[in-house]
Amino acid sequence: MLNRINPPAFKQIENIEFIKAQKHLLQNKIPVFVIDAGEQSLVRLEFIFQNTSWQLDKPIMPSITNSMISEGTHALSSAEIASKIDYYGAFFQAEFSYDQSSLNLFSLNKYLPQTLPIIKEMLTGAIFPQKELEILLTNQKQKLKVGLEKNSNLARRAFTAALFGDSLYGYANQIEDYDHVKREDLLAYYKKVYHPSNCTIVVSGKIEKALLTLIEELFGSWTSEYNYENFEVNYLSSDQKLHYLEKPDALQSAIRIGIPFVNRKHPDFVGLQVLNTALGGYFGSRLMNNIREDKGYTYGIGSGIASLEKAGYFFIATEVGVDVTQQTLTEIEKEVNLLKTDLMGEDELTLIKNYLMGSLLGSLENAFSHAEKFKNIHFFGLGYDYYDSYIKTVKNITPKKLKELANQYWDYSSFYKVIVGKM
Amino acid sequence: MVKFDKFTLENGLRVLVHEDHTTPMAVLNILYDVGARDENPDQTGFAHLFEHLMFGGSVNIPSYDEPLQRVGGENNAFTSNDITNYYITLPAVNLETAFWLESDRMLSLAFSEKSLEVQRNVVCEEFKQRYLNQPYGDVWLKLRPLVYKKHPYQWATIGKDLSHIENAKIEDVKAFFKKHYNPQNAIMIVGGAINLADVKKLAEKWFSPIPEGQKYERSLPQEPLQTEEVIETLEADVPSNAIYKVFKMPGRMEAGYAETDLISDILSQGKSSRLYQNLVQQNPIFSQINAYNYGSIDTGMFVIEGKLLPDVDMAYADECIWKELEFLKTELVFEDELTKVKNKYESTKEFGEMSLLDKAMNLAFYELFGDANLINTDIENYLKIDAADIQKQANSLFKKEAATTLYYLAK
Repeated sequence: MLNRINPPAFKQIENIEFIKAQKHLLQNKIPVFVIDAGEQSLVRLEFIFQNTSWQLDKPIMPSITNSMISEGTHALSSAEIASKIDYYGAFFQAEFSYDQSSLNLFSLNKYLPQTLPIIKEMLTGAIFPQKELEILLTNQKQKLKVGLEKNSNLARRAFTAALFGDSLYGYANQIEDYDHVKREDLLAYYKKVYHPSNCTIVVSGKIEKALLTLIEELFGSWTSEYNYENFEVNYLSSDQKLHYLEKPDALQSAIRIGIPFVNRKHPDFVGLQVLNTALGGYFGSRLMNNIREDKGYTYGIGSGIASLEKAGYFFIATEVGVDVTQQTLTEIEKEVNLLKTDLMGEDELTLIKNYLMGSLLGSLENAFSHAEKFKNIHFFGLGYDYYDSYIKTVKNITPKKLKELANQYWDYSSFYKVIVGKM
Repeated sequence: MVKFDKFTLENGLRVLVHEDHTTPMAVLNILYDVGARDENPDQTGFAHLFEHLMFGGSVNIPSYDEPLQRVGGENNAFTSNDITNYYITLPAVNLETAFWLESDRMLSLAFSEKSLEVQRNVVCEEFKQRYLNQPYGDVWLKLRPLVYKKHPYQWATIGKDLSHIENAKIEDVKAFFKKHYNPQNAIMIVGGAINLADVKKLAEKWFSPIPEGQKYERSLPQEPLQTEEVIETLEADVPSNAIYKVFKMPGRMEAGYAETDLISDILSQGKSSRLYQNLVQQNPIFSQINAYNYGSIDTGMFVIEGKLLPDVDMAYADECIWKELEFLKTELVFEDELTKVKNKYESTKEFGEMSLLDKAMNLAFYELFGDANLINTDIENYLKIDAADIQKQANSLFKKEAATTLYYLAK
């Protein structure tokens, strides 16, 4: 008779293999990191530039510069760039994040001689045409207006503003910002940020020899008068802990709770990730079990630790029925405090350890994911030994250590609490 | 190229095995041939609610998620108007845990009252979060019944109304399980760092003891040909006016589907597409505009949706969309344009094959149509299309009397 009651035997994950990035240097010293893996004959090329010092009077200049790079060069119009990329079945993304501005190209290997020169055009000859700029600003403004109708967005904006004030990390774009963008500013920012000494190239996929030669040919002799400039993020958190924005017609309240936190460089970071996983970092977490699976207050609740280069933050986020906003806050506080007062049971901790190891293994699906793992360490000045210590910490952390971390880093009364909706 | 083997258990469960040793992971995907279209019109949203209940414990295993997380696995599921799909990814060395869990819930659920009560609430919150508490969130709740008069595609997977979910009873849950959740109505894909012989052994061990159950025979009212244009206007608290235009189109495996799919790409795939170039860039009417289709199994929806720039007249915007559609009907598409959308289709397929889970889901979906190898051959249906085919299909799609248009106005 088949035993369906007891689970089958299972194995612990012992070895996790990382495909390590191989470093090459172009003639002009641009580092190219290569992750060669996979069956499909395609690659992703990322051209990554560190952001530079942010100005409050020109808050959206960096992100608009990034979006405008593909909107016209000396040689190609915006329409020509788009049709060339699309014609060869390639995908282009301009990506702006807190720390970096990137241009990413996804292309089949066979079309790289056609697609990659377009990136060179964008990096060396973007002209920021006025007509395209106006269209982009109008459309982004419209998008922001829609975004401002979503309570979860409003909560996120108020939350980062409370934590990081008027800084690159805390500023929330305003509608009127789109009326004050000047083409000359974008051009100046472009020159200051998109240059070889501020550039890192990450290539992942099935790498053919010819690609490295092509990269050298296209980007190896690129020069600029500008030099790498380190950027700082100085911020002042709000004095006020509770930020309540009432929405009389809301059906749900969006909630965000958290504080500025350590980032990946800190020795406690991995331990804190284990702690966060227990609280709200996976489907079986305490917050999910309590607030969704036991009480049915929400479709989802989670918590996380965001690691930025110059800071970090811890957050809890959910959207709950307006009639249970207050109850949810009470339960969140209870769950945070339980991790400070009670030792975690071995059973729960073992499950979390196994889950995290499985997640790590599963997050290494293909060349692109190995590239993500590389970027996560590289831009924080860490090496692959970070993952060795990650595995060691996950496997060996004790309930006692987790309780200590909770007491050292979490004080519910000092958390920022943002509620958009009703309570 | 996605290679696979197939076998069928005596109880009718179809099993496909795709070995991929570039990853240490395995995936177990089960597609149940039931979606929102199979619901009773008075109990809509049930297939989706049921999907939630599948995680509320099975006959021998009180918790589904916990034992899976304990072996390093993760899972999720989705419900569409056509199908319900469940998947697990886990380290391949622990594959058997997935067989144990999935087979027990195919055998029988625990049918816990507590789980029903909680998931009713969770789904109601999901309804609010995704459809009611969002700008434009309710649009498909309004549009579907305008497009479909007979076919059950007239309601969204979340259901017509919160009350349908609130009124769900445990007897309904049991009846739904009996009708749809059995080996004959399921397709299982096992992929990753596994091998065929092991999968066969595990499938025999865990799934063959499950009774075959009854085969569900689907007989849905089909949608009659639309002969009159439908136009509806509604006002809501949104920042800008929007237009939604829907035409009925061939089902996923019917003649004309691939042509229609390419037409949506010509209109709106990438920044070089016609709608973007003409109506966002050259003559700015819309802040954003898209054309897409739902890929439905029965008669589907071809959708054009756009958000108007401030001060643009709705009638003019509508006219500009029609001009683009008329152009497809009267003029052949350019050769370069056709090559472009075919290249894009090919590269999208290539990029998709980097994901084990995507491959497993696609295999299951194609097997539902009777031949999983379509995952490799469907592309031929696209590559052989010429400009005249596109023009012909545009003429059969874009008829005034077959259009359903919703003007969604800012108050």
